[in-house]
Amino acid sequence: MDKFFAYLNYPFVRYALIVGILVALCSSLLGVTLVLKRFSYIGDGLSHVAFGAMAVAAVLNLTNRMIIVLPVTVLCAVWLLKGSANTKIKGDAAIGMVSVSALAFGYLLLNVFSKSANISGDVCSTLFGSTSILTLTKWEVWLCIVLSVLVVSVFILFYNKIFAVTFDENFSRAAGVNADLYNMMIAVITAVIIVLAMNLVGSLLISALIIFPALSAMRLFGSFKKVTIASAVFSVAAAFCGMAVSIIAGTPVGSTIVAADALVFMVCCAVSYARKGRLL
Amino acid sequence: MALLEVRDLSLGYDGIPIVSGLNFSVSEGDYLCIVGENGSGKTTLMKTLLHLQQPLSGSIETGDGLKANEIGYLPQSTIVQKDFPASVYEIVLSGCQARGGRRFFYSAQEKQLAQENMEKMGITSLKDRCYRELSGGQQQRVLLARALCASRKILLLDEPVTGLDPVVSADLYALVEELNQQKLTIIMISHDIEAALRYASHILHISDHIFFGTKEEYLNSKAGRSFTAAAKEAENG
Repeated sequence: MDKFFAYLNYPFVRYALIVGILVALCSSLLGVTLVLKRFSYIGDGLSHVAFGAMAVAAVLNLTNRMIIVLPVTVLCAVWLLKGSANTKIKGDAAIGMVSVSALAFGYLLLNVFSKSANISGDVCSTLFGSTSILTLTKWEVWLCIVLSVLVVSVFILFYNKIFAVTFDENFSRAAGVNADLYNMMIAVITAVIIVLAMNLVGSLLISALIIFPALSAMRLFGSFKKVTIASAVFSVAAAFCGMAVSIIAGTPVGSTIVAADALVFMVCCAVSYARKGRLL
Repeated sequence: MALLEVRDLSLGYDGIPIVSGLNFSVSEGDYLCIVGENGSGKTTLMKTLLHLQQPLSGSIETGDGLKANEIGYLPQSTIVQKDFPASVYEIVLSGCQARGGRRFFYSAQEKQLAQENMEKMGITSLKDRCYRELSGGQQQRVLLARALCASRKILLLDEPVTGLDPVVSADLYALVEELNQQKLTIIMISHDIEAALRYASHILHISDHIFFGTKEEYLNSKAGRSFTAAAKEAENG
């Protein structure tokens, strides 16, 4: 424990904790909606797109990679959602197509053009997040704080509409609510969260951050509000514990957080089964 | 002027019509049943009335102070809803979603309305229960209460008794009839021709020949006789 507090004296550790907790909070809020709308894989697909964009930024030797990664991912989110209304290529196939090609092109670009001596190390850290969270600049931390505040406030303000559109899109449309607008909003926010989360857990593990807390909460609670709150609590707790463990034990940050999320999920499953069996 | 006036409506997908030449009107207090075989375009008509889909041609006019979005809708339940974690109150309240306009949160008045409609449907005791744990009949009552929050004037029901057992179905029909007696206009899509003939005041039969008229006219028409005979035969055989 002392070791942990000693580490807190380093600014980069504090940055990492701030960003980690904010990202966990944002992703869990949206996660409930994404899981219920059967959009879980949009998160996964977008994270691969973000990887591709990151590769482009790396090859172009940009110091500020967000400038490319953020807009590209948001655009892709909008396109994927429009695409799911278009029946030529069905939603899941479109996501699969975009995500694998982004992954392939990203790796290809890095391999062919990168001047870095350690390509597989670069790729590995983009995919699994490893150490980049500990190398955050002050600018990135502020960006993360601003975007998180934005995401959380949009979510709270539009909470009722997001619930209604998630539960029954047709009913909302019939009542004159602009469901397309809210779907688009959900997609854009998802893209923003994914770009933020890339630093934390890397692009391969982001889906876990979105899906696990929501699934855990859904095991235990039966109202949308409770599920949303529980999901946020689980996610923040898992992210904090995961990061603390990884700092103390020197394990990779991303995979430790996801392992903590998975553990929470298993506990929730066990509690839910025990409840059904009238053990609790 | 009627609540809804449909003129020369043609419906279909990608420019290919499924139904054309639809003409009918719905006045306040009517109970209209839309019957017809599968694929005849009943659901498409419903979607068009709800503005979820554009008609190929023709017009739907609303009158008597009914705004286009003031239609309460009881949809068929979707797969998403089967395991959706939402409480009864949350769902009923979401019926008020279009009332707020640009407002972000529900007003005290809207919460009151949700409460009243839950009482009306006899589901106040289920207020905090999770929707996915309710029986089929209870779920329909929840969705009905939500629809009532969306409209005081007209209610559209899409196959409301699908998957319900006979006792619960009869219950639901009785509930809808009660609402109709309180001057609420009902439009219902139904497979259940017997119930349609028992409760409806008007029938719209969609097939090769479109019939629209009162129940009495329908029973004496050719379409009505052949359809009821076929239904009886199916029941006996």
